Amino acid sequence: MSSYSITEPSKRQKWAAGSFVIFYAVVTLMPLLWIIATGFKSPSDAIAYPPKVVFQPTLEGYVNLFTTRTRATPEMLVQAGEPKTWYDRIVRQYDMVIAGPSRYGERFLNSVIIGFGSTFFAIVLGTAAAYAFSRFRVPLKDDLLFFILSTRMMPPIAVAIPIFLMFRQLGLNDTHAGMILLYTAINLSLSVWLIHGFINEIPIEYEEAALIDGYTRFQAFYKVVLPQATTGIASTAIFCLIFAWNEYALAALLTSGTAQTAPPFIPTIIGTGGQDWPAVAAGATIFLLPVMIFTILLRKHLLRGITFGAVRK
Amino acid sequence: MAQIKIKNLRKDFGTFNAVKSSTFTIEDGEFFMLLGPSGCGKTTTLRMMAGLELPTSGEIYIDGEEVGQKPASKRDIAFVFQLFALYPHMNVGKNISYPLLSQGMPKDQVKKRVAEVAEILGISDILKRPIGGLSGGDRQRVALGRAIVREPKAFFMDEPLGALDAEFREHMSEELRALHNRMGATTVYVTHDQLEAMQMGDKIVVMNHGSVEQFGKPQEIYDWPATMFVANFLGSPSMNFLRFEGMLGTNKSSIEMNGIDFKIPTALEGAKGKLAIGIRPEHIKFSDKAQYRGKVLATEYLGTTQIVTLTTPNGDVKVRTDATGKIKTGEKIGLNFDPRTVTIFNAENGKALLSNANQGVFNRG
Repeated sequence: MSSYSITEPSKRQKWAAGSFVIFYAVVTLMPLLWIIATGFKSPSDAIAYPPKVVFQPTLEGYVNLFTTRTRATPEMLVQAGEPKTWYDRIVRQYDMVIAGPSRYGERFLNSVIIGFGSTFFAIVLGTAAAYAFSRFRVPLKDDLLFFILSTRMMPPIAVAIPIFLMFRQLGLNDTHAGMILLYTAINLSLSVWLIHGFINEIPIEYEEAALIDGYTRFQAFYKVVLPQATTGIASTAIFCLIFAWNEYALAALLTSGTAQTAPPFIPTIIGTGGQDWPAVAAGATIFLLPVMIFTILLRKHLLRGITFGAVRK
Repeated sequence: MAQIKIKNLRKDFGTFNAVKSSTFTIEDGEFFMLLGPSGCGKTTTLRMMAGLELPTSGEIYIDGEEVGQKPASKRDIAFVFQLFALYPHMNVGKNISYPLLSQGMPKDQVKKRVAEVAEILGISDILKRPIGGLSGGDRQRVALGRAIVREPKAFFMDEPLGALDAEFREHMSEELRALHNRMGATTVYVTHDQLEAMQMGDKIVVMNHGSVEQFGKPQEIYDWPATMFVANFLGSPSMNFLRFEGMLGTNKSSIEMNGIDFKIPTALEGAKGKLAIGIRPEHIKFSDKAQYRGKVLATEYLGTTQIVTLTTPNGDVKVRTDATGKIKTGEKIGLNFDPRTVTIFNAENGKALLSNANQGVFNRG
């Protein structure tokens, strides 16, 4: 009964640790939960003081997010007749009619193309470079690696003006290709360094065994190294995507029309017809989903220690 | 199966010379040991033979074909790594079948081969298991399975038992030797363990500082070492060296040390200056009549034998003798050297002097 272990924490320690984790989770999740809640409030509930925790949920914010609306005169309303759909009905409360879709859908799609596109290139190029740095005798290896890292030693926004001018010269302003190129370049140092570390951990004997077994260098890389580096590559991909997805400043400066991503677009919702906080919150909520889904999908790779026990160290 | 010939093989890493001009031949079907202390170039030599390193100069012939600059995949050999290097993301069966798949062998044939090999190694029941949970011995067997499944021209093994614990090592070395006897494939085996080399090898190459010190059958090397390094490296305890200043004339069959004449195998080579008499601990006998005497420093009891350490005017000497004799520390005992087993070394350059006893071994090496 009175036996105790040095490694097993006591009940009190477990309680303390558990309470701390829950407290921390509440503190960090609170703003997020507030945004999600605000997305389902009516505009008056959203700015109510004291703030409302319990409220009548409505999809107004989401309707406003995805549509543009015009104020209609009573004659026009009569002419339009009874509202036909649930979103018509929501809009009609304010004597408005839906004029058409908003640009949020396009902006969101731009974010998907640019975010995932740049992540893809950062990972492919980063893995190739990291493998070369790890396995081949690259002249000036350490200097090159340092140089690659040094591109991250200042905030990317510090070079926004030169990039803007270069992009204008090259005709890359406000294009998907330009933004993918930019985010790939910024993420590449991170991906090279992280994946380099992961590949260094993989014993070179695996490739040598594959080479002797009759495989080419590329096959050895593809069939033996890559499956074991999945964990590292997956976590690196998540970091790259989160950066590209959330980037605001450069996107605001370099895109305006066709290639504008969601982050610079969301604040512009405020400007059209009063401060429409529920629509902004709805935009932010939807904006969160892809990164969350991506992270959840890759989570099993992050947790799986596939190289465990394969080599005795 | 094939003969392997190494000719003037040399490897430099930058300014560091890892292997100096090695030459030796491994006959078809031999179990061949590359023996030496760590850093002596034995692993580098093996890796050059396998194609994992390219030689700086020199030639490697496998089955008569020069392969020195060919990639590993073109040499038709198998390699067993010290840390096994089993693919962790595949199960046992996939690991073993992997080399066959690279040759494009049909699936059903692969399955048959893998089953055969698993039968030989006694691992049929674990083919579906992942690598992660296997014991050291089973991993070793899987690694062997991956090597033999392709029936290559030769097997190269880089300290394959190094990662196993002592008890299991013994068992695995027997298994390995039995496997070799059954398959008769040319095998090159790197080890730093002299006992393992002598137990398992048909032939041994002893390397030191990147060069070949001696090359031959285990017993020849043990009895007639070509250098003091080899004499010291093989055997436990190692050969005794009685160092003195003196001279040895050609065709003499005795040598004078400290004013005492010792009978030796007839010298075919003379020398003068710093010399050493080399004699194995088991070839020294205690004798009250002997003129040469030593004082007992310590005794170590080893069951059937004991090792007695004595101090003599020419350095400490270890004697292996029956465990039954009672020997007291501090006692002075006469030492008799079996004259047929003595090797005289030139202590300046460490080389053994040629005598009619060791000439046969040296000429072959």
